Amino acid sequence: MFFRMIRGTFTKQLGKMLLIAFTIALGASLATAMINVMMDVGNKVNAELKTYGANITVSPKGASILSDLYGVEEGTGDDEFLSEEALPKLKTIFWSYNIVDFTPYLKGRVTLDESDVMLVGTWFDHHMETPSGESLDTGMREMKTWWDIEGEWLTDDDDDECMVGIGAAQKYGIAAGDTITVNKGGSSAEYTVKAVFDTGSDEDDYIYTTLKAAQELFGRQGLISSIEVSALTTPDNELSKRAAQDPQSLSAADWETWYCTAYVSAICYQIEEAIPDCSAKAIRQVADSEGAILEKIQLLMILITALALIGSALGIMNLVAASVMERSQEIGLLKAVGAHDIQVIGLVLTEIMLTAVLGGVLGYIAGMGLAQIIGMTVFSSSIAITPVSMPLVAVLVLCVALIGSIPAIRMLVKMNPTEVLHSN
Amino acid sequence: MADKSKSVTAQDNEDILVLEGVSKIYGELKALNNVDLKVKKGEWVAIMGPSGSGKSTMMNIIGGMDKASEGRVILDGMDITKESAKSLTNIRRDKIGLIFQQFHMVNYLTAVENVMVAQYYHSMPDEEEALQALDRVGLKERAKHYPSQLSGGEQQRVCIARALINYPKILLADEPTGNLDETNENVVVEIFRQLHNEGSTIIVVTHDPEVAAVAERTIVLEHGRITKNIINHNDYSKPINLRDYEGLSDEMLLGKG
Repeated sequence: MFFRMIRGTFTKQLGKMLLIAFTIALGASLATAMINVMMDVGNKVNAELKTYGANITVSPKGASILSDLYGVEEGTGDDEFLSEEALPKLKTIFWSYNIVDFTPYLKGRVTLDESDVMLVGTWFDHHMETPSGESLDTGMREMKTWWDIEGEWLTDDDDDECMVGIGAAQKYGIAAGDTITVNKGGSSAEYTVKAVFDTGSDEDDYIYTTLKAAQELFGRQGLISSIEVSALTTPDNELSKRAAQDPQSLSAADWETWYCTAYVSAICYQIEEAIPDCSAKAIRQVADSEGAILEKIQLLMILITALALIGSALGIMNLVAASVMERSQEIGLLKAVGAHDIQVIGLVLTEIMLTAVLGGVLGYIAGMGLAQIIGMTVFSSSIAITPVSMPLVAVLVLCVALIGSIPAIRMLVKMNPTEVLHSN
Repeated sequence: MADKSKSVTAQDNEDILVLEGVSKIYGELKALNNVDLKVKKGEWVAIMGPSGSGKSTMMNIIGGMDKASEGRVILDGMDITKESAKSLTNIRRDKIGLIFQQFHMVNYLTAVENVMVAQYYHSMPDEEEALQALDRVGLKERAKHYPSQLSGGEQQRVCIARALINYPKILLADEPTGNLDETNENVVVEIFRQLHNEGSTIIVVTHDPEVAAVAERTIVLEHGRITKNIINHNDYSKPINLRDYEGLSDEMLLGKG
């Protein structure tokens, strides 16, 4: 009989129930979209921020100590070096898939027109096969997308060419197409200037050429002085900050949590494990900014989700209360013939919950679509649907439906069957 | 069903309902004022009175849907005056069959399902028994029809079947013919006659003098007080036609007769 009554409600009050389902679907779709975007926004924002540069620098341990103690810029060409062969090891760490780009540098002072100038050898569009079998294209072109280039980017085969920063170009009167000769000790090299670039930073005074060309000039075959790494990271928290200071101070459980989370400090630690005698350090300003931006975006999304659900609950409150008022005679009658409050509440709540399930399913499907629209519009890529979003949305929808039904239930409990009988 | 009906109808003269000094007070207003009333098992009583006389208040109190401010209400030997709302719901469910003027059916359930609703909240729905109840009021053929597909008279007969389905101690009808034409009035009154002959206790609240006159006894209420208690001498061995009843005269109703 109970289900006959439920079925009757749905067949005879289909329009009203659909309206309630629609309200729930609206809330559920926004919640679904926001939860999925929120879960994936870390990766998206990180990826977005990665276009503004690296967030980890790797340098030889000795150079790093000098830098820490005396503020000496590492990689000046005369100190410690890393082996170029160690570079693929970056893609062997636990969080290897989070390392999206990296590029090595070999830096050294050279003489140009009897003045000292910094020459940097690096990768521009380097293709490599990682030990895990992954194919990777990395280098400056990917990592310095904001550089303003007049001319063309170098490729890794352009060993006789270079790019000159705008500061150096102005100082020495160099333009794209010119040929320059640089000297280092007893050796010299002649490069054709392929481009002049503007970065707005110290790099504007540098000359860039291929890693191979720099190694030949400096006589440092197979060596590099530093690596810049761009990694997708999880925003720092108290655990990661503690770990960054001293990983060994963590308990076993904390250590495992930290190690298995893509904190920038955990990734640095793993890089140091993979490459011997190196020091990997977070570029703190970038990492902190990423964390702060992510936190703000996630907070915004939580607020939007909460507002959507509150709006949905308010809508349900009105609709269910209106429905109960409209059905007051029916409810009064049920009470008059012997239905207890709890039985009538059970009936109404079952109707609402079934409607919520329908609205929730429709809302979830719509929400997945909405998440993709947001992903494509904002990040130009799809949003990964998190499996956990389904039970989360289900719980939220049922809670919202339940909360939305409270005023109607209170009204229902207060309803006196004499209202039905009244017939003077 | 007929057998069970007999089991709840008393063949003796025990009082099924006793009101002792019952008052219902709303602020300064006394809707019921120190009412005493006894109804015997198997008795057919009509309660009459003008609007505002306290008829509905009295019915609500007898039906366990309202509580008396003062006095005692003893139903089937049980003082229901101090019972909780939950207990009153049980009493209503187990002891009282309610019939309303506006029929009040669940509009998305068929006639038989409307009867089964009362079974569901009482014990266990039994479609066969519900169909028998509809057959008793002559509506078995309309069992699968929705309220919107039934006439007013048919709806009221479904409500009577619903009120009878749990074999109540008292059938409590509030203006049961108030919304019916003469033909359907006769149908309903005739069902009451049959139930009375089977021993059912019937209390009918009405403002229709003819419907009041066909009862065994008519109680007249005015300003919350019982002003008249009239015994009607009717022959219940043959079908009732309200046209044959002139109703109670104004003199009788005003206590001058």
